[in-house]
Amino acid sequence: MAYNTYSLKEAASRPERFVAGHRLCAGCGAPVAVRAVLRALRPEDRAVVCSATSCLEVSTCTYPYTSWNDSFIHTAFENAAATASGVEAAYAALKRKGRIPGEWKFIAFGGDGGTYDIGFQSLSGAMERGTDMVYVCYDNEAYMNTGIQRSSSTPMFADTTTSATGPKSDGKPQFKKDLTKIMAAHGIPYVAQSAFVGNFKDIHQKSETAIYTKGPAFMNILAPCPRGWRYETAALMEICKAAVDSCIWPLFEVIDGEWVLNYEPKKKLPVADYLRMQGRFRHLFEKGGERLVEQLQDGVDRRWEELKSLCER
Amino acid sequence: MSRNDRMSGNEAVATAIRQINPDVIAAFPITPSTEIPQYISSFKANGLIDTEFVAVESEHSAMSACIGASAAGARAMTATSSAGMALMYELLYVAASDRLPIVMAAVNRALSGPININADHSDSMGARDSGWIQIYSENAQEAYDNMLMAHRIAEHPDVMLPVMVCQDGFITSHAVENIVIEDDGPVRGFIGSYSPEKYLLNPAESLGVGPYSVSVYYMEIKRQQFEAMNSARAVIAGVSEDFAAMTGRDYGMIEKYRMEGAELAVIVMGSAAGTGKAAVDRLRGSGVKAGLVKLRVFRPFPDAEIAEAMGGVRALGIMDRCDGFSACGGPLGAEARGALYGRAEGIKTVNYVYGLGGRDMRVEDFEALFAELARVRDGAESLRCRYHGVRE
Repeated sequence: MAYNTYSLKEAASRPERFVAGHRLCAGCGAPVAVRAVLRALRPEDRAVVCSATSCLEVSTCTYPYTSWNDSFIHTAFENAAATASGVEAAYAALKRKGRIPGEWKFIAFGGDGGTYDIGFQSLSGAMERGTDMVYVCYDNEAYMNTGIQRSSSTPMFADTTTSATGPKSDGKPQFKKDLTKIMAAHGIPYVAQSAFVGNFKDIHQKSETAIYTKGPAFMNILAPCPRGWRYETAALMEICKAAVDSCIWPLFEVIDGEWVLNYEPKKKLPVADYLRMQGRFRHLFEKGGERLVEQLQDGVDRRWEELKSLCER
Repeated sequence: MSRNDRMSGNEAVATAIRQINPDVIAAFPITPSTEIPQYISSFKANGLIDTEFVAVESEHSAMSACIGASAAGARAMTATSSAGMALMYELLYVAASDRLPIVMAAVNRALSGPININADHSDSMGARDSGWIQIYSENAQEAYDNMLMAHRIAEHPDVMLPVMVCQDGFITSHAVENIVIEDDGPVRGFIGSYSPEKYLLNPAESLGVGPYSVSVYYMEIKRQQFEAMNSARAVIAGVSEDFAAMTGRDYGMIEKYRMEGAELAVIVMGSAAGTGKAAVDRLRGSGVKAGLVKLRVFRPFPDAEIAEAMGGVRALGIMDRCDGFSACGGPLGAEARGALYGRAEGIKTVNYVYGLGGRDMRVEDFEALFAELARVRDGAESLRCRYHGVRE
């Protein structure tokens, strides 16, 4: 990958494709993910963006307004990938008939609910069919649009409105589903996991690779939610950095089956440092919470070692 | 020019789709419509069509992909039945409200449970309020003809609504019948090309499809759907007229069969209309004043046409191949009675639920119904609704 040409200044100076006026919360990761991905489009290329029903959708395309300068389509919650695959099929048909000039790209966005859970079948199908598109999951680890319910992406022990904590409950009892790995198992040309860190080089270059790789590509982007995770809005970037430095959210990509680790912290941050920043884990730092933190640390360590061994092969 | 052939309803519809050569087809196999995507795959493999065929992983994704393709500016089609249509329901509403002229080959089959693969109308009747135009076919010829007219109706600027062309599973979809197939050239000329006014892939203008609409806008959008559905009446009539000019086969919103002087009549949809006509012929032969009204179009509902067709009818059987479980009859029963109210009152009506899950509806069954209608006409007490042809 030619990763040496990135310049934040150049990327940030490109015309905005996702503009101000939307109604997403301050400190929300979703619009940051969208802008970062769309910045990787060459300015001369056109795109059709598709969104699953989500905070992103209801806040950015509220009749009669839109924040999307590109063509945009939303149909339902569980089918962003299938909808985008229909748009891509139309492009293939009309392009062949000489009716569509220029290069068009197809990018679908879904939250973790619309991606890990209800939209998983649609995503798996579109990827398996080889649709020339990018599917981007902005992963905020719960159903935030309906009021912070647990999803299969919610981390173990997180407090949500359907995995409530109390004397009889430590929060969500199950581990977070490893969707990025599942998407890699589809054998598609490009899979990547990213987050907002540093000068956005990681997310920019992965978006560029995803968009300009022929065939299906999947990106999973950690996109914290201030309401659901309970942090001060200004802490967004710090939380992402802690996620990456604690290795609970590693940065990696899978290029034609080859696993590449993009970042290894010099000193691995204890996962407790990441958890402590978020109100959804507050109960872990009350009396008796140590064993839960230990359990989470064990899980993070195990998956980190697994990932490293995949990347060393 | 045209040629005589023999084929099943599924092959007839697939032949129409080959002639239409749509830009995108997204479909998933389900009995009894499975043959349609099979034909399409074969047409594509043999270079007879240049359609993008998206072999999706579910009917939900089939309709989602059709919506994406249609919004992008393509002519998009699908085929399904029963549970497959039920899995699409959510997206059927989206397709209609997005005003996308998608065309579906619907091969009617009972909904589970219990699971059953044979004909009834519970699938498309469940989708009757989704905003789709619904056209029902009596036989393979009508399934073919209706399919050739579907895009012209759907894509008309006054309409811009999706259309489902229904035929009865197995009875029509799999039985081989004599049929007239039109030549490709005239068919393509009749259908014409599709150039939408607004579409996602328009390089000159971006488009937003499917926005979140709050209370201050939602109702106006529904009102426009109502307007489009109402306008479809005249458009269906006009397209049918043009089709008759090309083929000599003339279709209305409804078909009146031997209704002149009829005192007893049935209203029926789909393949049972053919059986009912045979019964009417027999009864007319023995002096019974029997007639039949076939609904070709269920959405928009031909309320005025039904009332007008009644003439001197005194007892009417309304035939539902679906129970709505209102505990007072099926959907056609409710709507046909509504059509008569204030327009053709005083007619005694019985709503029959028949033929569920492929239960036979024979000429003799119709004769028994007409005999009951004669007793009702003459003052006999009758249930407003009852099942016919069931062990009870």
